[in-house]
Amino acid sequence: MADQALDVDFALNEAQEMLRQTTRQFLADRVPLEAVRQLADTEAGFDEKLWQAGAELGWHSLAIPEEYGGAGYTFAELSIVLEELGRALFPGPFLSTVVMAADAILTAGTEDQKQAHLPAIARGERTVGVALFEGPRGANLDDISMAAEPSGDGWVLTGTKTNVVFGQAVDTILVAARTAGGLSLFLIPSGTPGVSHEAVPTLDPTTKQAQLTFTTVSVGPEALLGREGAAGPVIERILRLAAVGLSLDQVGGAQWCLETSVEHGKTRFQFGRAIGSFQSIKHRCADMLVEVEHARSAAYHAARVTGDEEELVIAAPLAKSVCSDAYEHVAGETIQILGGTGFSWEHSVHLYFKRAKSTALMFGDARYHRRLLADALGL
Amino acid sequence: MTDTIKAESAEALVGERLEQLLGGYDPSVEPQEFWGNQYDLGLAWVQFPEGFGGLGVSPKYQSVVQGALEKAGAPTWNRELNLLGIGMGAGVLAAHGTDAQKVKWLRPMFTTEDMWCQLFSEPGAGSDLANLSAKAVRDGDEWIVNGQKVWTTLAHIAKWGMIPVRTDPDVPKHAGITYFIVDMKAEGVEVRPLYQITGEAEFNEVFFTDVRVPDEYRIDEVGAGWRVSMTTLMNERVAIGSRALPRGGGSMEAAIKAWKDYGHADPAARDELVQLWAGWEALRLTTLRANQMRKAGTPGPEGSTGKLAWADLNKAITAFTVDLMGWDGTLYPGGYVLHRPTEFESEGSPQRNFLRARANSIEGGTSEIMKNIVGERVLGLPGEPRVDKDLPWKEVPRG
Repeated sequence: MADQALDVDFALNEAQEMLRQTTRQFLADRVPLEAVRQLADTEAGFDEKLWQAGAELGWHSLAIPEEYGGAGYTFAELSIVLEELGRALFPGPFLSTVVMAADAILTAGTEDQKQAHLPAIARGERTVGVALFEGPRGANLDDISMAAEPSGDGWVLTGTKTNVVFGQAVDTILVAARTAGGLSLFLIPSGTPGVSHEAVPTLDPTTKQAQLTFTTVSVGPEALLGREGAAGPVIERILRLAAVGLSLDQVGGAQWCLETSVEHGKTRFQFGRAIGSFQSIKHRCADMLVEVEHARSAAYHAARVTGDEEELVIAAPLAKSVCSDAYEHVAGETIQILGGTGFSWEHSVHLYFKRAKSTALMFGDARYHRRLLADALGL
Repeated sequence: MTDTIKAESAEALVGERLEQLLGGYDPSVEPQEFWGNQYDLGLAWVQFPEGFGGLGVSPKYQSVVQGALEKAGAPTWNRELNLLGIGMGAGVLAAHGTDAQKVKWLRPMFTTEDMWCQLFSEPGAGSDLANLSAKAVRDGDEWIVNGQKVWTTLAHIAKWGMIPVRTDPDVPKHAGITYFIVDMKAEGVEVRPLYQITGEAEFNEVFFTDVRVPDEYRIDEVGAGWRVSMTTLMNERVAIGSRALPRGGGSMEAAIKAWKDYGHADPAARDELVQLWAGWEALRLTTLRANQMRKAGTPGPEGSTGKLAWADLNKAITAFTVDLMGWDGTLYPGGYVLHRPTEFESEGSPQRNFLRARANSIEGGTSEIMKNIVGERVLGLPGEPRVDKDLPWKEVPRG
């Protein structure tokens, strides 16, 4: 078993290849960088119609079992879409809805909750924001202190959640709070009385965030996801999946940066030569290729072991640390190779550079994940 | 459909031959005799034609053969022992040799009766290999070779050497090279040990003085030596870049051991340790992925980065390991005893491995040359202007 986890099969089958092609084509046609930049200027930060169109292509349903309206594939298929979304800088609450919330509901939800939410997620009719942390250092369970008190047969939630990705635009919120029994998760409509959101300007214009304030928010018993006090392992799992999901986004973006650098190296002439013929540029590009390929291997491996918790504890922080560093470095190098153009607002590389930094910091940076990795390895 | 049948019959054939080789396997048989049987049964390089150590089937079946040999406890170390022959020379003969040459050289190479070496680098031709100046002049059915080669692994025990030499100085450098197999025991071949940074002499300098080489030992056409040399180097780089590494193994294992033995806990050092571990694991996964893609017939850029990445990582890991040893890192167990190993030595003290690792980014193509290759052949970036490209070799400045 351990050996199998160590040596996953990386090859894509025909259906998976097809999924990559159709996803890339759709994104190129419908979400070119001009469209991404327009969406970045809107309050919602994403487009409901595009969200729906993606769902119609099957993106949202890939890893959801058939009995809950999904396609019944695995994270390996979902990973293809995640990488392509990263390459296209696709804006939207895809990670929080399709990767994190869907898995939390599937892992912890009651049968009623699964039936109520999973088919809706699969159809693209639900957007979920994940509200876990309460300050800039939020990364693990210790960083959750908001309380939920029992009231009648339901609960009252009070507190503030920071950095809820697309929290200003989602229709549903998955919120973590402490109850007498321990950590619990609640799934509530964002329009519930007492919930207010304040959009905060973000470094990465393609990833909106909001601060959510819960002022004595009363919810019914159905809002509690699964069992009271049992959410610790569920949250830990979706944090690992978030790390894997972000790693794939980073691989997609880093690949775009590499291709952009290489293209510039072939077409930009100085001193009478294409600048890519200079070793100072060429060697940088070769180094970038090494980084991107290593990042890809780490992310693809992680995407293939999400069902094996023992291996995922190693694979997820490995991927997040390797891919974060790679994307940040490759995006930075691309700006350097593009020169003044790379520093301009007009060229889109700055959006990749910003998404690289933002995804590197979300849910714990590379150093944090190396700490997790060291712990997992007993070092 | 026909492919399926072909695959089935190939699998059956390999299985049948394995049964012949390993049925009633007797561990007391001399390894060289066993390897001879393996060669005769076509299980040396399964992708080679029958009669030349192969069965003419897909190379993927070689892993089946290796697995079966290991399971049976049969000897497989000939590939390591005669790495330059079996790992590179065989590929060169397969791609460029005549049938007579294959018959002459492949079997004794595989059994390790004849060890092989590779005579490429010269004092004046390292990264710019095509600038080589060892020369051969035709004399009837023979060639007369003069010149010096350097950094030649195992030259002192090799029977045969692969050697590109200049046969036409009047044409541009790539066009005037011819490739030979030379008898290392022939008159006029002098092998001297080349002591290196670790005190060992893994390598040699080889001097050729009026060495006579029969024309039958020429590989491919006169003037085709550059092409043949490239085949050799590609085999070498794939061999270096595609070695399977265990998770946390190799030099990483020594780093972890030092971390534990010396009772480290400093968070900064721990971060560095894990960063190296993660790099090593990403390399392992990339190698695994590249090997899978190569086997599936869909090789991609992931197959070109292994040597480059490994060189940097191995240097960093071995240096970090010595750091972890503190004052012990300033010692050199056993001292610098000049000696001449007769086979590849990959193990040693962390201090020795730290020194040895400096060669990783030089041997088999420097990292600078590897980055040119990756940049130009994989990424498609334009080459540098070459001032010597159209000049006759003899007019190119050198020094």
